[in-house]
Amino acid sequence: MIHSILLSVLLLSGVGVLSGIILYGVAKKFQITEDPRIDDVQAILPGVNCGGCGYPGCRSFAQACVAAKDLEKLFCPVGGNACMRQVAQALGIEIIERDALIAVVRCNGSVQNRPRTNAYDGTTWCKIVHNLYTGETGCSYGCLGFGDCVKSCKFGAIKIDPVTKLPLVDEEKCVACGACVKACPRQLIELRVKGKDGHRIFVSCRNPEKGSVARKNCSAACIGCGKCFKACAFGAITMGTNLAYIDFQKCTLCQKCVAQCPTKAIHEVLHGKKI
Amino acid sequence: MSEQKLTVSLSPHVSSPDNVRRIMMDVLLALSPAALWSVYLFGFQSLRVILIGIGACVFFEYVAQRFILKVKPSVDDGSAAVTGLLLAFNLPSHIPSWMIIVGSFVAIIVAKMTFGGLGNNPFNPALVGRVFMLISFPAAMTSWPVPLLNRWKFVDAVTAATPLSVAQEGLKNGTTSQQLLSSLPSYQELFFGYRGGCLGEVSVFLLLLGGLYLLYRKVIRLQIPLAVIGSVFVFSAVLWFFNPGVNMPPVFHILTGGVFLGAIFMATDMVTSPMTVTGMVIFGIAIGILTVIIRVFGAYPEGMSFAILIMNAFVPLIDSLIKPRKYGMISHG
Amino acid sequence: MEKRSKIKTFPFGGVHPPDLKHSAQRPIESLPLPTTVSIPVLQHFGAPSQPIVKVGDKVKAGQVIAQAQGFLSVNIHATISGTVTRIDEVMDVSGYKRPAITINAEGEEWVEGVDLSRALDRNIRLNREEIVKKVQQDGLVGLGGAGFPVHVKLTPVAGKQADILLINGAECEPYLTCDHRLMIEKGPEILVGVLILMKALNVAKAVIGVESNKVDAIAHLTAIARDFDGIKIVTLQTRYPQGAEKQFIEALTGRQVPVGGLPLDAKCVVQNIATAFAVYESVQKNKPLIERVVTVAGEDLKKPSNFRVRIGTSMAYLIEAAGGLPEGTGKIISGGPMMGKALNMIDIPVVKTTSGILVFGQEKSRRDPVLNCIRCARCVAHCPLGLEPYLLMNLSENERFDDAEREMAMNCCECGTCAYVCPSKRPLLDYIRLAKTFITQKRKEKAAR
Repeated sequence: MIHSILLSVLLLSGVGVLSGIILYGVAKKFQITEDPRIDDVQAILPGVNCGGCGYPGCRSFAQACVAAKDLEKLFCPVGGNACMRQVAQALGIEIIERDALIAVVRCNGSVQNRPRTNAYDGTTWCKIVHNLYTGETGCSYGCLGFGDCVKSCKFGAIKIDPVTKLPLVDEEKCVACGACVKACPRQLIELRVKGKDGHRIFVSCRNPEKGSVARKNCSAACIGCGKCFKACAFGAITMGTNLAYIDFQKCTLCQKCVAQCPTKAIHEVLHGKKI
Repeated sequence: MSEQKLTVSLSPHVSSPDNVRRIMMDVLLALSPAALWSVYLFGFQSLRVILIGIGACVFFEYVAQRFILKVKPSVDDGSAAVTGLLLAFNLPSHIPSWMIIVGSFVAIIVAKMTFGGLGNNPFNPALVGRVFMLISFPAAMTSWPVPLLNRWKFVDAVTAATPLSVAQEGLKNGTTSQQLLSSLPSYQELFFGYRGGCLGEVSVFLLLLGGLYLLYRKVIRLQIPLAVIGSVFVFSAVLWFFNPGVNMPPVFHILTGGVFLGAIFMATDMVTSPMTVTGMVIFGIAIGILTVIIRVFGAYPEGMSFAILIMNAFVPLIDSLIKPRKYGMISHG
Repeated sequence: MEKRSKIKTFPFGGVHPPDLKHSAQRPIESLPLPTTVSIPVLQHFGAPSQPIVKVGDKVKAGQVIAQAQGFLSVNIHATISGTVTRIDEVMDVSGYKRPAITINAEGEEWVEGVDLSRALDRNIRLNREEIVKKVQQDGLVGLGGAGFPVHVKLTPVAGKQADILLINGAECEPYLTCDHRLMIEKGPEILVGVLILMKALNVAKAVIGVESNKVDAIAHLTAIARDFDGIKIVTLQTRYPQGAEKQFIEALTGRQVPVGGLPLDAKCVVQNIATAFAVYESVQKNKPLIERVVTVAGEDLKKPSNFRVRIGTSMAYLIEAAGGLPEGTGKIISGGPMMGKALNMIDIPVVKTTSGILVFGQEKSRRDPVLNCIRCARCVAHCPLGLEPYLLMNLSENERFDDAEREMAMNCCECGTCAYVCPSKRPLLDYIRLAKTFITQKRKEKAAR
């Protein structure tokens, strides 16, 4: 009796010691030494894994931060300057402050401005509709309105306005991660400087067609008349093919161009509301 | 074009005339000969079970969709009616009405609607209802009225055991299968349905007829029924071959206990069966083997429902392991 | 259970939608020349051609107006004589506005050297290289649908030699009858075209596959083919998508094209019936590809017809000739009902690959409401490529595109069989396309990195 108890105790202890030695050896051999600062940086980051920084997730961004000498190319749009300051502190390097950005939808082809010429029937994803044809209106460059941007947003910051059928960005919720910019098959969404008091001026059209053609399909289209270009004293406006573009780095929000636009394609936004 | 706008959509621009409703109607039609036969055998009581079964299932589905899920009720697709009829087919004719309603509740609410309705249920709803009743009301579920007796009278039915349970009891008490066979209905009677049992399982012939119709309409495919019946036959034949005294012969096994009802109408339920042909064959064979195991070695005389439910649980696994042969994967040397 | 019939077909999947070939017995009709044509400069698979005419130029029918750009491109020709009035963007079958040359008709002049006689010319004078060069100059593309330049398929590839030429006369799409009529009316010309293609490919055998619902065409071609060495007519079971290249090859030869490979990897070259006819006209008659046969069909149409029309003619003109646009038209499709493209307007030019124009009433135009998947497995059973459309749609709906890629979504040929057979009317193909779009985008991003 005692014998068998002793035997099992010894056997089990032996197995335990043996496994312990093996585990120790394996752990030693395959040990990965990681910079402890990566964990520190990751703890500071918001942890939403949105990919807005250009890295697949917060951890890989943290790794990049630790590996980098300065933060010139690294920025977490969700955490913003506050978060980056902490990261810089933790790593003992300089912070590069950036202006807060926000997603801006550059199409004003609302139901009123842009008549529907046909009806799409099928799965509502902009991507496949874009591959199929122009869309429900005559404009090949405007918003399709099926909300790929809405689906891509991890922060619930975009929704389709039920009246205009255009995407509406929520000033408060948008963190400028850029997911919607990538999702839009027509490249209508741009990250622009949020501006003081949410004050921004931009051209809300991407249609490079001739003025008369663009106008026929949408009453709010930029017709490329160049009036705004002439009115701008700061060289912030450039003219593309039948299309004006306002550089937000140069724009001083003087509002001169807004009044000049004959089709009201230039939008002025204050506190997230269009004026 | 005037006022009416053109519709634009992705191809294909046509679709087959078949739809869910037509499939369900086909199943109902295929079940109807056996249903009529059960009314002939068991009379008014059978009609009551069928009507309450269908009515309760349709009612529960409507209520669940309308008031709980708050979606547009889709009882008109006929799937609830099929569940109700199949449930009724699995019940003896003298079962109390309230039990049928409880069974319908379990079938529709618990087994179907909680998973998201038609198409999302992992288990066959009618069988879940039936097994629930079998476990909850064993007495009522395992005694069967004698056919053709008192069928149009409102009196308590004279009940008797089914051939399968007689066989199991008999074998347990040491009677040989040869002796048992002589006391049980002949194969011919079993095939054409002169015997007691659940409403739907009695007439193999009429079930086959319905099955042929479904095959013709391409609602079911041959693989599952063939695999189920074939494997029940082969497996019980093996047992019988090695020990004919204590095992029933294979023909007896396939003709009794709802093998045909299960193989043709339950195992083939689209929602709860595999998607590929190979998967279907594996599914069918496993059901057959499990059925015989439960019948011969288990406590219950009948194993079909359990076997199907057990295999239902394996369907996702089968689907993820068995893939169709893909085009162009062979290399040209 | 599929019936094992003696007639050849591809081994798995497929479906037989109702034929609805209303215009099968209507002879090909040549319409009066339109007053204006808009000729897109991209009508083929490949690089757009470069316009070489200016606004105001006088052009003759058959004159080159846009030059091929590179190997994967063909010339574009003026299809009528007249004056170039516009070189701008025109809405075409792609659903977008694309560069096109518009010509206003004046008179009926042809460029020199075009043989407009009807006499059959069986004597092939050009050699291999000359044929390949000639078909590129004359703007020949596959007329079946994809518009792949003919000369590319004829150009020898190092280390790969076809041993058989397959001519696609399956016309498996419902409604369409243009190839059917062509086989009946231009049989000898088609066979000479096949001989030319055989010469260019240096193969001794050619098989013309025709579906069994075109009995008259099969009988007609078989009778003529006795005079042509090496050409065989094979009856195929009527089953969609028999005319899809991969299925067509497997039906006739039993060979499969490996994933990511070309028909040449299965030692085959496939050309369409109409292409064979166009090759004949180009090589023997010196006539560039400036016209084609188009089926105009639809239940409500007064006069479903087969028209021989010049490329660039407005579809509205064709519909008018077929009895006018019916009341309550809900959808206009370029091509067949299974793979064709719905159009957002009616004034769109016919291009080289336009095989049909279908006019659907309101009722047929809208899709049926989508129900839950009932796992009936029909999409799996009918997919000719052995994919699992229900699974792909499910993954795509949940935005699991990597998994969809693993399930080989990119293999899908978009034949639409899955969506056709689905009893729940689920938009299976829409979602598979969505997955394909995402996968393509991801692959591009990966390649760019």
